[in-house]
Amino acid sequence: MHVRELLRTSPATRAGLSIALATGAYGVSFGALGTASGLGVLEVCALSLLLFSGGSQFAFIGVLAGGGSPASAAGASTLLGLRNGVYGMQVNTLLRPRGWRRLAAAQVTIDESTAIALGQTDRTEQRRGFWTAGVGVFGLWNLMTLVGALAGDALGDPRRWGLDGAAVAAFLGLLWPRLRGREPGAIAAVCAVVTVLAIPLVPPGIPILVAAAVAALVGWWGRDRSPEEVAA
Amino acid sequence: MTAWLWLLAACTLAYLTKLSGYLVPQRLLGSPALIRVSGCMTVGLLASLVTMNAVADGQALAIDSRLLALAAALVALLLRAPFLLVVVVGAAAAALGRLAGLP
Repeated sequence: MHVRELLRTSPATRAGLSIALATGAYGVSFGALGTASGLGVLEVCALSLLLFSGGSQFAFIGVLAGGGSPASAAGASTLLGLRNGVYGMQVNTLLRPRGWRRLAAAQVTIDESTAIALGQTDRTEQRRGFWTAGVGVFGLWNLMTLVGALAGDALGDPRRWGLDGAAVAAFLGLLWPRLRGREPGAIAAVCAVVTVLAIPLVPPGIPILVAAAVAALVGWWGRDRSPEEVAA
Repeated sequence: MTAWLWLLAACTLAYLTKLSGYLVPQRLLGSPALIRVSGCMTVGLLASLVTMNAVADGQALAIDSRLLALAAALVALLLRAPFLLVVVVGAAAAALGRLAGLP
């Protein structure tokens, strides 16, 4: 089908494309913050290309920027990426990709592509939405990461430009849409307090893992409640 | 060099996590308890990252222009600003604080 025809007749393709533009654009902030955290342009671009999961990438550089070790950065990024396993399962039940398509689908299984696919009722639309959002975000996100990394590298002292403040804002922006309902708000508050208490007591990067453990325990204790409340 | 190794380890683990959703039988990964725990952990990790990036200075707590960024970002989100604008507002608030001579 012709591209223009597809855009006209398929709401999922349109939705996928617009989310790709919106999300891809903020790859520029990841690139700039990445170099501000002390990584080289090549390392920052490798994260977008290979890790490709916004929250995990921001976590990785966020821990490094706070003086944490690369090991705890990898720990935080992996824990934050666990939800992608759940997404993979949900997308798999909808699309059932086979062969190389399954390997490619796994790499572009992120918040955005999963949300678009789950938002469609028609099987063809689910497939179009998932791939448009996934491949679209992947392409733009990587391009804009490179732009941001080169710009951030040229800026010099990141604090003067408020890039450390930009990181705070970015994490709050990632957290915000997940704070629907009372329980996520309570978990966020508890984990913020736990982090403040842990910062002086343990090496940099570890407070995040302590907070993750607390959140996991809260989730485990309340496991009889509806899972959709926090996982969605 | 070690940094590169951990970076590549993080990338490998991220991909295996995604792929596991396609390969592991649904009754193992699809348990409501696991979905709930993973959802709770995402919220907890992000809240912790907000806090750490706002007040941590190595192993010390610091009050500086980053708190201005936090407040400004909160206002932007309450006004339903898109993500990129929220980030820019945060950077501007911290940069203005520094320009005004705050730490």
